[in-house]
Amino acid sequence: MKTENQKAWFFVLPVLFLVAFNALVPIMTVVNYSVQETFGNNVFFWQGLDWFEQILRSDRFQAALGRQFLFTFLILIIEVPLGIIIALSMPKKGMWVPVCLVLMALPMLIPWNVVGAMWNIFTLPKIGLMGYFLNDVLGINYDMTQNPFAAWVTIIVMDVWHWTSLVVLLSYAGLVSIPDAYYQAAKIDGASPWKVFRYIQLPKMKTVLTIAILLRFMDSFNIYTEPFVLTGGGPGNSTTLLSIDLVKIALGQFDLGPAAAMSLIYFAITLLVSWLFYTLMTKDDAQ
Amino acid sequence: MAKITLSNLRHSYLPNPSGPADYALKEIDLDWRDGGAYALLGPSGCGKSTLLNIISGLLVPSEGRILFDDRDVTDLPPDQRNIAQVFQFPVIYDTMTVRDNLAFPLRNRGVAEARIAERVAEIATMLEVEEMLDTRASHLSPDNKQKISMGRGLVRDDVNVVMFDEPLTVIDPHLKWKLRSKLKELHQRVRATMIYVTHDQTEALTFADQVVVMQEGEVVQIGTPVELFERPQHTFVGHFIGSPGMNILPVEERDGGAFLHGHPVTLEGQVTGQGGRTELGVRPEFVSLSDQGLEARVRKVSDVGRHAVVEAMLGDTSVKAVVEGDVPEQGAQVHLAFRPDHTRLYRDGWLSTENEGSART
Repeated sequence: MKTENQKAWFFVLPVLFLVAFNALVPIMTVVNYSVQETFGNNVFFWQGLDWFEQILRSDRFQAALGRQFLFTFLILIIEVPLGIIIALSMPKKGMWVPVCLVLMALPMLIPWNVVGAMWNIFTLPKIGLMGYFLNDVLGINYDMTQNPFAAWVTIIVMDVWHWTSLVVLLSYAGLVSIPDAYYQAAKIDGASPWKVFRYIQLPKMKTVLTIAILLRFMDSFNIYTEPFVLTGGGPGNSTTLLSIDLVKIALGQFDLGPAAAMSLIYFAITLLVSWLFYTLMTKDDAQ
Repeated sequence: MAKITLSNLRHSYLPNPSGPADYALKEIDLDWRDGGAYALLGPSGCGKSTLLNIISGLLVPSEGRILFDDRDVTDLPPDQRNIAQVFQFPVIYDTMTVRDNLAFPLRNRGVAEARIAERVAEIATMLEVEEMLDTRASHLSPDNKQKISMGRGLVRDDVNVVMFDEPLTVIDPHLKWKLRSKLKELHQRVRATMIYVTHDQTEALTFADQVVVMQEGEVVQIGTPVELFERPQHTFVGHFIGSPGMNILPVEERDGGAFLHGHPVTLEGQVTGQGGRTELGVRPEFVSLSDQGLEARVRKVSDVGRHAVVEAMLGDTSVKAVVEGDVPEQGAQVHLAFRPDHTRLYRDGWLSTENEGSART
């Protein structure tokens, strides 16, 4: 018979408290709001799953969710390949390594609302450098407060500028960990640069790339500050991503019930996509 | 397969080498016979890996030429030299199956699929890895991974030379012996020129027909394992090969003879040259304890199994002797006798006595 040491539970207890206070209690509060209606004074009325149904059926939510997926898809499809290409072209040794690393890390050190404000000024027609250059030098009609397409281009370029470095740094870490012998063996085996990438570099980068893509997915799916500062969700609703919409419902309209239901749906989608993605990426290691 | 000639090879990792100390390789002239099994033996940092990388083309030498069958390949990149190299740590392509790993060098050279399948099957049989052909290479144990990297070298039948850079470093001791004999067997079957780099004398002596001993960027001796043991050309070889290594005792040279603590010592033959620092070299296997000879006191006796190693103090120098049968007690007074035909004089490290006819074994 196997004896089990019950003392182990005591060691888990502190973590349990921590998780309870920073995750379980807040989430349960949200769950509580999501199934009730309140008019203040702590008076609640049971609502069941009505809010969930209402949110899932609403055009407004579906449109925001669509925009959210489009945004995340676009930045991933740009940032991941671009990050890999930059990491591949960075020097592996020598005095330029620290220079490149610091340059790469700079955008990530800037606070999110500052990034939004910077790009806001940068893109202003007449005043901002980019806005002036596009409108008055190149003659392109660019004004993101008027044109949804310009607004989308701006938030995507801003995110690429801000976060490609994360993919670069993680990929670079994967690349420098490859021993020289691999490259030497590939040379002797007569492998082309593409095959070196496909069979040596990419497999060795896989773990860090999985982490990079997961982080970028979760961060971009939950993005709020930068587009809020930059466009405020406009023009119209064209750049109203999920989190911006959520804040509008919760704090703008003070509809706590629907907002809570929306939060839970939002949370479930993030969790589901992350899990799906992680399972797919690590599937062939487990055979 | 080819004969490999290294002529006046020198290499420095510094851009502007000024003195001999700046060279990782100092003046190497070597001929590797076609189909030979060679070992490159020396301590870490003696330049053996540098030499290997120059032959494979991963490094371009500062000076000198490399010829494969009299064709100058000094400026050719590795893939055009038709060589194979097995590294210290097994290099395998993780995402491929064992079969694809073995086929990789052939596919890169555009060999027909039918021929590839044939070669892969042949090599797999030789290495005894047939049943693993369809498993992912990343799931193999280190010794099997190393077998696969050897296989990738052997799969090309036009390969000029297969080089091994300390290939057994990461292999468990009980498998080392197995892989080593596998290698020897492979050499007999494929008859390719093979160069085996190692700092382990057992590996070098069991694998190679010819051992090249290197020290500080220089080749100190080339010879069969027997030659290296019996007649080291340099005190370094004497000391590095053998267990325990050769006794190197400072001696005084007078009137064409050697005197150890004032006692004359019979040498294998005529002394050549003069001046310099003189030392006596005699292997512990040829030192015996007898009734007469040089007086010494036993300092330590270690039983190493088949025989015992007796360390005796001759004045302030220690002399080791391999003794079979009865061993003296620690502190006992003994007499040491050196077998004359295996007792040599070294001048500034290099052999300085002539061998006289029958003395040669």
